[in-house]
Amino acid sequence: MKYRLIGVALIVLALGLSSDAFATPSNLLNVLRQASLIFLSASGLTLVIVGAGLDLSVGANLGLSACFAAAAIKATGALSSGFAAGLACGIIVGLLNGLMVTKLRLPPFIATYGMLWMLYGVNYWYMKGDTIYGFPSSFRALGSGDLLDIPIPVYLMVIGLLAGGVFTRYTTLGHEVYAIGANAEAARLSGIPVSSRLILLYTLSGAMAGLAGVIYLARLNSAEAGIGTPLLLPAIAAVLIGGTSLFGGSGGLAGTMIGAIILTLVLNGMNLLGINSNWQPLVTGVIILFAALIDSVTRRHAELGA
Amino acid sequence: MGRLARIPGVAFLLVVLGILFGIFAGGFASLPNLLNIGIQSSTLLLLALPMTFIIMTEGLDLSMGAVLGLTGVVLASALVAGNTLIVAFAAALGVGLAFGIANGLLVVKLGLPPFVATLGTLGIAQGIALVMTGGESVAGIGPALPKLYATKWVGIPFSILVAALMYAAFHFLLYHTRFGNYVFAIGGNREALVLAGVPAGFFHVLVYALAGLMTGFAALLLTGRMNSGHPIAAMGMEFDAIAAVIVGGTERQRGNGWLPGTVLGVLAVGVLRNGLNVMAIQSSLQVASIGLLLIVALLIDSIRKRQL
Repeated sequence: MKYRLIGVALIVLALGLSSDAFATPSNLLNVLRQASLIFLSASGLTLVIVGAGLDLSVGANLGLSACFAAAAIKATGALSSGFAAGLACGIIVGLLNGLMVTKLRLPPFIATYGMLWMLYGVNYWYMKGDTIYGFPSSFRALGSGDLLDIPIPVYLMVIGLLAGGVFTRYTTLGHEVYAIGANAEAARLSGIPVSSRLILLYTLSGAMAGLAGVIYLARLNSAEAGIGTPLLLPAIAAVLIGGTSLFGGSGGLAGTMIGAIILTLVLNGMNLLGINSNWQPLVTGVIILFAALIDSVTRRHAELGA
Repeated sequence: MGRLARIPGVAFLLVVLGILFGIFAGGFASLPNLLNIGIQSSTLLLLALPMTFIIMTEGLDLSMGAVLGLTGVVLASALVAGNTLIVAFAAALGVGLAFGIANGLLVVKLGLPPFVATLGTLGIAQGIALVMTGGESVAGIGPALPKLYATKWVGIPFSILVAALMYAAFHFLLYHTRFGNYVFAIGGNREALVLAGVPAGFFHVLVYALAGLMTGFAALLLTGRMNSGHPIAAMGMEFDAIAAVIVGGTERQRGNGWLPGTVLGVLAVGVLRNGLNVMAIQSSLQVASIGLLLIVALLIDSIRKRQL
């Protein structure tokens, strides 16, 4: 964690020196606003990965949830219906992921990768190429509004972080997640209902993707079929930069928050330096490989040391 | 479970799909359309063959679609720049091979989980293709490739010929060479391979390198068919390939691979997509239906295993 904070400081310093527009309060708050959206989509995913699972469908799930939320708000005029639709979509998708992984015993990356493309297809079919846009300002405030000069999504990030911290540290359920991630067989033998816990984790990941979808919609003020697609790589990158091990059993939400901030700083910096946004998938890919490499090396180191 | 016991599953599926579309999709069962299925499936087969090897070694390559997008763009750009077809094709092969080797090294030498290594290279390949083209199509590739693509031999289209030759090569590799034995063993019993003094790591990297190389060949067919290169033309095609391999009966565990099944799996995916197309169902729902096909196949498989 120490190294990551130093990393943040170095990036901030470098960007502050190379761009005048960077170290302004409005830009820094903007970075936090974007980071909190990445954090929300990556938070449930973090816990799934701690439990030695994987959810590649978060981006697609987020996109479909946002579209359903948009359609619900347009149809009923009630903001609560948007939340209900987005969350319901997210939860159902997460539950299906959990069932595929536990009941059908599919490898998580195949099950959730299949889910990604199914959601993608359903989303394009449902939207028929349309864009749904223009929402009441009370709804948009959730994504783009401020409270006491701080972006509202940042509050959501802090709430998510605190709730997740309490869950992982102080509840039996939270401890069980780490036990399952470290060694599922040992967890099973010590009486933890591994399957139902995993289903819960995937459902939680789906629910957070759904919630992130609603907030994302509020920020963009429009929804179209493809909006979730570019969000998978950043979510995975945030989790990995945050130090959650792909091999399960270690890591947590605080790391993911810092991961989300680091990633956003880099992308924001590229933006300010006038680098074309077409470079973003490339840079995110390199960051993912780099973070995964560190994870793999640390793990080998720990195994040799033990 | 013997090989024969696996044949009915996917073959049965293919027959059922064929009969259903023959009845409900007018024009499905015509010779030009069946030929069309073969042409459409040949690009997918070029990806599914090496994907079979990769899945047999308990791996995965999520970057194939993005790398194919990139090799297609490289091929098209080289042609637009006035290079000969051979040079352009060599460039595409080289780029694909480089990505394959990178994937292999990341997975085998650096110990990264395959899905995250190839997810990273997916981003990189897509990024390079986007930066090269600015997100636009690369058109004006000249007459050489279209002419080659239109070649026929005894009435068989070029792409089907290439796919058939590649199948023969992969079949020979897997079942009649030492490399093939190693591919079975890397997934099944890697430990024994290493103890026997076989450089298992080298052959494991080779499996990924082969996949990269095949994206170069696939670029030839894809670009020939579309008459242009596009950075995201093949986005998600790796999922079709994964689905085809798994539907075809290759299992992730114990190096249990079956190459003829992959051909049937590719045809099942091709028939499904084409049939839905003929019935004027949008390509977006076709993607979802392939996911369903995969889940149904896995369900049948898991039920059957429980009965045994």
